[in-house]
Amino acid sequence: MAGNVRDRVIAIIAEQAVLDVQDVRMDSTLEDLGIDSLGLVESIFAIEETFDISVPFNANDPSESDFDISSVAAIVAAVEKLVTDQKG
Amino acid sequence: MKRVVITGAGTINALAQDVPGTFAAFREGRCGIGPLDIRDVERLAVRIGAQVKDWEAEAYFNRQQIALYDRFTQFTLHAAREAVKQSGLHFCEELGLRAGVVLGTAGGGVNTWDENYRSVYEEGKNRVHPFVVPKLMNNAAASHVSMEFNLMGPSFSVATACASSNHAMGLAFQMVRSGAAPVMLAGGSEAMLCFGGIKAWEGLRVMSRDACRPFCANRNGMVQGEGAGVFVFEEYERARARGADILAELAGFAMSSDAADIVMPSRHGASRAMEGALRDAGLPHEAIGYINAHGTGTTANDKTECAAVADVFGQHADRLMISSTKSMHGHLIGGTGAVELLACLMALRDGVVAPTIGYQEPDPECALDVVPNEAREARVDAVLSNAFAFGGLNAVLALRRV
Repeated sequence: MAGNVRDRVIAIIAEQAVLDVQDVRMDSTLEDLGIDSLGLVESIFAIEETFDISVPFNANDPSESDFDISSVAAIVAAVEKLVTDQKG
Repeated sequence: MKRVVITGAGTINALAQDVPGTFAAFREGRCGIGPLDIRDVERLAVRIGAQVKDWEAEAYFNRQQIALYDRFTQFTLHAAREAVKQSGLHFCEELGLRAGVVLGTAGGGVNTWDENYRSVYEEGKNRVHPFVVPKLMNNAAASHVSMEFNLMGPSFSVATACASSNHAMGLAFQMVRSGAAPVMLAGGSEAMLCFGGIKAWEGLRVMSRDACRPFCANRNGMVQGEGAGVFVFEEYERARARGADILAELAGFAMSSDAADIVMPSRHGASRAMEGALRDAGLPHEAIGYINAHGTGTTANDKTECAAVADVFGQHADRLMISSTKSMHGHLIGGTGAVELLACLMALRDGVVAPTIGYQEPDPECALDVVPNEAREARVDAVLSNAFAFGGLNAVLALRRV
């Protein structure tokens, strides 16, 4: 399941960044990938729909939201945790 | 060019169902935001809003009227009645033929859309009430105001999201100033505190779940409100000749478009609108004592707006007051500029500046005098009222004491 979450999150981010999945590295930041605040909100929506989870995120203060968006790896880890917590 | 004055004001919002009550709330720094009382609220992540409580449409309208009036139209008519009554005007014969009404709303009859979508999608019904369309259309409120008061001149509605009311009032101002109409009713309303209306905003992830704290370091988003504000704009010589009580003079208006981003505000677009309003009014920067801010309580708006004020006013930015009354009545979206114009009238006429409530910690990116938490007595000779909409459409009004 873990690898599966990673691939699907990367696919969502790649689509939003209009990049090939190979070009999305785990240490990339959203800024590196050219994803702005609207792109981020859309990505989070896609993540929620894909995994049927609820992501705690307020665009007014991304740094204080419980959801770490500092890199692709951080997002994958956060989604894996939410899937475990919310889907048991 | 003619001078334009305000001779009547009316409102309904979460703080009060009239202007005196709203002024009292502004003076007290009272908060109209609280738990939402709407259907399916438990399915919302955002459960607070500045809702109009204890609204009894039956006390003001008959059954046939209620069948035709969405909540936003009811609010508009209620506010318009108060404004027209205060002005003392009767729109008979010649005046009625030339006077008109311009109103702003972003969503129009959102409750009507919501209820009828439920009926056809959720309940699977295949029939809707015959008046769904005339009830939900954005111009319904303007049309019913024209019918109630016999306004047969230029009348229409304006939808520019959060700047709708300011655009509407600005256009009405220009019509009276140019001589196209001797009197115009203007303002706006919004009533989107229903499941669909809030769910849509939730999606953007810019809404606060606890409070609206504009300019505060720990602000975490906007809070929706509902209600209406309507004003009577009248040509100055006409108002003076009939001995009308003049509340303030509308001195200038400017619009600008950021032409940049569909949601992110622009410092430059906001600056251009404020500069334009000052220029249009022929007011020096130093004349402005108070700005009613757009001040939504989002990270992006508040810091951009403060930077724009600093750009426009230079050193004078540190001497003027700027407050966001959205902290009290919430963000009325298309109706917000109209309700906020009341804070401008109170500052000019009563010398009381409405506060930004809920203010806890200063934000270095919003280092202006935001009149934190308590209303302040001060002589104010001229003011600006800002509105910066999603879509980058900005509208700023300048008013002066008479």
